[in-house]
Amino acid sequence: MPKPTKGARLGGSPAHERLLLANLATSLFEHGRIQTTEAKAKRLKPLAERLITKAKRGDLHNRREVLKVIRNKDVLHKLFAEIAPLFAERDGGYTRIIKTMPRKGDNAKMAVIELVRERTVTAEAEKARGTKFAKDAEAAAEQAPAEESTTAAEAKAEESTEAAAEQAEKKDEKKDES
Amino acid sequence: MAVPKRKMSRANTRSRRAQWKTSAPVLVACNNRACRQPKLQHVACPHCGTYDGRQVVQPA
Repeated sequence: MPKPTKGARLGGSPAHERLLLANLATSLFEHGRIQTTEAKAKRLKPLAERLITKAKRGDLHNRREVLKVIRNKDVLHKLFAEIAPLFAERDGGYTRIIKTMPRKGDNAKMAVIELVRERTVTAEAEKARGTKFAKDAEAAAEQAPAEESTTAAEAKAEESTEAAAEQAEKKDEKKDES
Repeated sequence: MAVPKRKMSRANTRSRRAQWKTSAPVLVACNNRACRQPKLQHVACPHCGTYDGRQVVQPA
C-alpha cells in the first residue's frame, strides 16, 4: 500500500492541490521568501527542496522535469542560474520555515518560508582554515630568508666583536640606522 | 436517517455550552535583549520581528 503524503491536504482536489503547490513554489523562487499558512509552508518545503536539487544538477532533462511544476520560464531561469549556484555547497535544507503570529480574521497559523542564504558552517570553517593555512605558508616563506639574513648578520657581528669592539659598535649603529 | 425525537431543553444546551472554555496562551519573554516583550513560544516576536537572533518580519 502506498504511504500517504505527510501533511495537510490542500484545496478541493488533487489537481487543485498540485496547482496550489506549484504556484507557491513559483512565488517562493521569484521572491526568495513568502508568507503563507503553516500547513501550506510545510507542504511546500519538500517540493521546493526537490526542485532545487534538480536545479543543482542543471542538465536539460532536469530542467524539463522542473518545468512540469514551475511553468514560468523567467522563474525557471532564475532558479537554475541564480538560486542553484547559491546552494552549491549546501547538502539539503535549502528552505527555512519560521512561524509568525496567527492571521487576523480566521486566526490561521501563519509562517514565513524563505531560501536559506547563509553559508554553511562547514563551508565557512573550510574557507577560514584555507586562508589561515595560506597565510601560514606565506609567513613561513617570508620568515625563512629573513631569519637566515639576521643570523648571518649576528654571526658577522660576533666575529667583529672578537676582532674589534669599536668596529662592532659601528656595525650595530649601522644596523640601527638601517 | 436518525433524527432527534425531543427538543433539547435550554438547560441541557446551556450546560453543554458551559464546558466551552478558553485558556490563556503561554507567553515567554522575547530572546532579543532590546525587546524582552512577552510573546508566543516558537513564533517570531510581533514586537521586534526577530526569531533566533534573525530579523524575520517587520514589526507592526
